Amino acid sequence: MSISRGAPKRPFSSMTSRARLARWALSGPPLTFLAIFFLIPTLIMALASFGWPGREGGFSPLWYHDAAGWHFDFTLGNYRDIFTLRLFLVLYLRSLGYALATTGFCLVGAYPLSLVIARARVGYRNLLLLLVIVPFWSNFLIRIYAWMIILGPQAALSRGINAVLGLCGIRAVNLLFSPFAVMMGLVYVSLPFMILPLYANLEKHDPALLEAARDLGASAWSCFWRVTFPLSVPGVIAGATLVFVPALGAFAVPDILGGTRGIMIGNVIEMEFLQARDWPFGAALSIILTILALGATGIAAWAARRGIKAYG
Amino acid sequence: MALLEIRKATRRFGHFVAVREVSLEIEAGEFFTLLGPSGCGKTTLLRLIAGFDTPDEGRILLDGCDITLTPPERRPVHTIFQSYALFPHMTVADNVAFPLRMARVAHGEIRVRVAQALREVQLAGMGERLPQELSGGQKQRVAIARALIDRPRVLLLDEPLAALDLKLREQMQLELITLQRLVGITFVYVTHDQGEALALSHRIGVMNAGRIVQLGAPDAVYEFPQTRFVADFIGTCNLLEGTVRRQTGARLTLEVSGLGELAASARTPVQVGERGVLAVRPEKVRIAAQIVPAPGEVHLQGVIHDQLYLGDVTVYKVELAGGRLLEALLPNSAAGVVKFFEVGDHVDLAWRAEAALFLHD
Ligand SMILES: Nc1ncnc2c1ncn2[C@@H]1O[C@H](COP(=O)(O)OP(=O)(O)OP(=O)(O)O)[C@@H](O)[C@H]1O
Ligand SMILES: [Mg+2]
Repeated sequence: MSISRGAPKRPFSSMTSRARLARWALSGPPLTFLAIFFLIPTLIMALASFGWPGREGGFSPLWYHDAAGWHFDFTLGNYRDIFTLRLFLVLYLRSLGYALATTGFCLVGAYPLSLVIARARVGYRNLLLLLVIVPFWSNFLIRIYAWMIILGPQAALSRGINAVLGLCGIRAVNLLFSPFAVMMGLVYVSLPFMILPLYANLEKHDPALLEAARDLGASAWSCFWRVTFPLSVPGVIAGATLVFVPALGAFAVPDILGGTRGIMIGNVIEMEFLQARDWPFGAALSIILTILALGATGIAAWAARRGIKAYG
Repeated sequence: MALLEIRKATRRFGHFVAVREVSLEIEAGEFFTLLGPSGCGKTTLLRLIAGFDTPDEGRILLDGCDITLTPPERRPVHTIFQSYALFPHMTVADNVAFPLRMARVAHGEIRVRVAQALREVQLAGMGERLPQELSGGQKQRVAIARALIDRPRVLLLDEPLAALDLKLREQMQLELITLQRLVGITFVYVTHDQGEALALSHRIGVMNAGRIVQLGAPDAVYEFPQTRFVADFIGTCNLLEGTVRRQTGARLTLEVSGLGELAASARTPVQVGERGVLAVRPEKVRIAAQIVPAPGEVHLQGVIHDQLYLGDVTVYKVELAGGRLLEALLPNSAAGVVKFFEVGDHVDLAWRAEAALFLHD
């Protein structure tokens, strides 16, 4: 998914052959990489989603040749099952809900933080950025397991909350293995992916614009909504995409923290591939997920652009 | 009562004093210019008036009301930034409408007033463009229209023409003068370009190292600099160091080493024996192959050392006795003649004693 709009296309005739060569030399390797490791696998997945599972798992061939000639063995069954079984609809909607909520919480949490970092003194700013990045130094799974301990029934957090609830005469709650734990985990792992693009955007804002807005009568509040926020929309879109798409397909976080109530579509896809070994069905599930992700981000980007125009 | 009054304003950054006990009164409808070299505190002073910054000491009054601590959005004072600071995500019309929107003016009225304001700055029909689609001069006009649309009491301009090329700068200077006269709003203009200050202002405050060192009309500041710094900073000035020998009224006789005794005038009290400089502007110096000095004229001789052809005038650097250099100007008034003298020519120089000002060291 491309986030930046990229350089405007220049007519090739105006480029020297050297410049053209340089352009291909520079863009060639990443394009090749994307084609081999992203585009082709996606196409294979798309094709596979119309197939039957193999006898020992994997795929049965989509077409084969024997004495009787060519045979094609496509089926729409995988998709029919997905669309007719309520379970999958519920799972998709739930994953969509989790992903949207994660994006929302991350945006609300990350925006003030990014703003503080972007407006801090330079030395201090680098320290704050470092603090955002530090969690990446330890393994993803370890960090999720850490949350398992934090949210566990024996941990101070659970005990504190349940003590308070007990005083109010409310039944004790279990934080772990709940939608709450999944939300917590998703927001926790996604937050840096919202902070960094937002910071990169906010840090470039010309402080004179804010002074001009104040000077022309805008309150601090109007300054934010009329100047800072509209100018930061590209950063918001970038951050939201980086958070939303992985959250939509998350499986490690719900697997570890979610228990049975926090299951997401990512877990089902994982199960289809690894446990049920019904690869075509897993492929169909993940193709729909991909389409959902593309659609949602497309709509968001379009709406944001419209929003800015209407604003101006 | 003055519209804007600054009382002993001081602003420090750490130990560095950027603005030092500045007191200033600016009248309604005045075009006032702060002129000074880079880093002398002009922008800092302007920011105190705009409200982006508050003085460590002193007060700022508008219409007699203390606004020292009033936030910028509640001061009827607008600023034109050197970078124009147009909102890049808003069209020209929305930029210009911004102050009215903030003041919650009705939509219909906003539309009418924005169209009117754009016409006033010759940008009619450009309302739907984005700032990045405008030239430097057009951006400048948008910034002006935006800052004037809600009729502030004071408009602050921080080197607004610095980014424009010479021709456009001259054109915009004329437009600014006309506009200021038209709207009658007090302008406080910051520049380090002395020509611009002289051309635009009703009054100039010359700043140096955080202080206002001289205040006055452009001609007064140019003709009668009070300090060596002002004489040197505004225009060019020949400065000859010497000691006061005799004084009769405003007339002095100065001993300049190597040149003997020269007559000068003083506008401040002077003591005999005091050291100082004799300041004389190049255009006040007569230069000719032979001069019979008139009564009351100072007369010197020298050799052309260098010449600078500027088109309309030629600047001659004349070497005096003792190796001192003096500049003189000659308009190229004779058709086709661009050189009256060659390097090495012997010339006579003369100026009226009133044109030579004694300045304290
Ligand atoms: N926020 C600040 N922190 C520390 N020092 C500052 C700050 N703002 C200004 N200064 C210092 O104060 C002095 C005056 O700055 P100011 O910007 O007012 O100069 P200026 O007269 O506008 O110069 P220029 O013509 O270059 O714009 C400078 O030496 C500058 O380094
Ligand atoms: Mg400045």
